[in-house]
Amino acid sequence: MQLMVNGKAEIVEGDNISVADLLAFKQVESPDMVSVQRNGKIVDRQRYAEQALAEGDEIEFLYFMGGGARR
Amino acid sequence: MLDFTSEQLERYSRHILLQDVGVEGQEKLLEGKVLIVGAGGLGCPIGLYLAAAGVGTIGIVDCDTVDISNLQRQIAHYTADIGRAKVESAKEKMLAINPGVTVRTYQEYLSAENIRAIIRDYDFVVDGTDNFPTKFLVNDACGMEGIPFSHGGILRFDGQTMTVLPGESACYRCVFREPPPPDAVPTCSQAGVLGAIAGMLGTIQAAEALKFLTGAGSLLTDTLLTFNAKNMDFRKIRLTRQKDCPLCGENPTISELSDNVRPACGLQEKSVRQACDAGH
Ligand SMILES: [Zn+2]
Repeated sequence: MQLMVNGKAEIVEGDNISVADLLAFKQVESPDMVSVQRNGKIVDRQRYAEQALAEGDEIEFLYFMGGGARR
Repeated sequence: MLDFTSEQLERYSRHILLQDVGVEGQEKLLEGKVLIVGAGGLGCPIGLYLAAAGVGTIGIVDCDTVDISNLQRQIAHYTADIGRAKVESAKEKMLAINPGVTVRTYQEYLSAENIRAIIRDYDFVVDGTDNFPTKFLVNDACGMEGIPFSHGGILRFDGQTMTVLPGESACYRCVFREPPPPDAVPTCSQAGVLGAIAGMLGTIQAAEALKFLTGAGSLLTDTLLTFNAKNMDFRKIRLTRQKDCPLCGENPTISELSDNVRPACGLQEKSVRQACDAGH
């Protein structure tokens, strides 16, 4: 199916692709450090494995990022 | 209306020339109060630019002292400042640029107990910390007090920022929900960061604070601006307030502040805290 991942068109082979599958396909090393937005809605972290994707979905991987000072 | 001295008219002439700022905008800056959380990689350029711009009252919170490993990116701290309190070092440089502003320093650890009383005095808060418990604390406290703020994060060659108007635009928890597990996310002290990235992101945050105070342009609300400096790709990702946000959603579950007992790096944070607590 065709998806938009981080603003780029992406073809992912197969049916019943979940958010977890896409994270694996995109070789995201630590899914714990990503928030996934699907068509404007943040996906519940506990449901990555069961949340199925659909043709044309717009997916954004939003990474946890720290900053300049330890405190 | 303030009476500008001729020195002020000259000092701020490049602002006054701007149609979107002008004398009125400069007056708003001079009357503005901004709190900077963290006097590190982000807080340094933010503090220097806000002071230069004539933001009348600038607060800086940081409990740390200057270390030689900070100097690669924390541009308000000089080699001779090693060992000094970061807030004092930053204040000195800010006042050297512009003695006409007031800099208030808070050499303490921001916590659930003290944060609301500190931020309440300010019009806008800029987050420049690299640890997630504090980022969530700033988000929650600003949400509860209704104080707009800028979130900023940097790592390696990447940066991200968003501006939050509590009750109006998506908040940090809308996107990130809760602090990540301690071992999942590397911090700059573990993974490194290109020094200039701190300047790139910090000056974007400073610009947001100046835009907020003057009303110029449109803010990075409902937007996560991200960039990767390896290929200089910038992206704006549209965000929306989430109905199930634990802070600003329809059925919020967060009604009081907590120090979020899931620090980015447990031991390190603990030792920092102890060191800071011991310091005063
Ligand atoms: Zn929210």
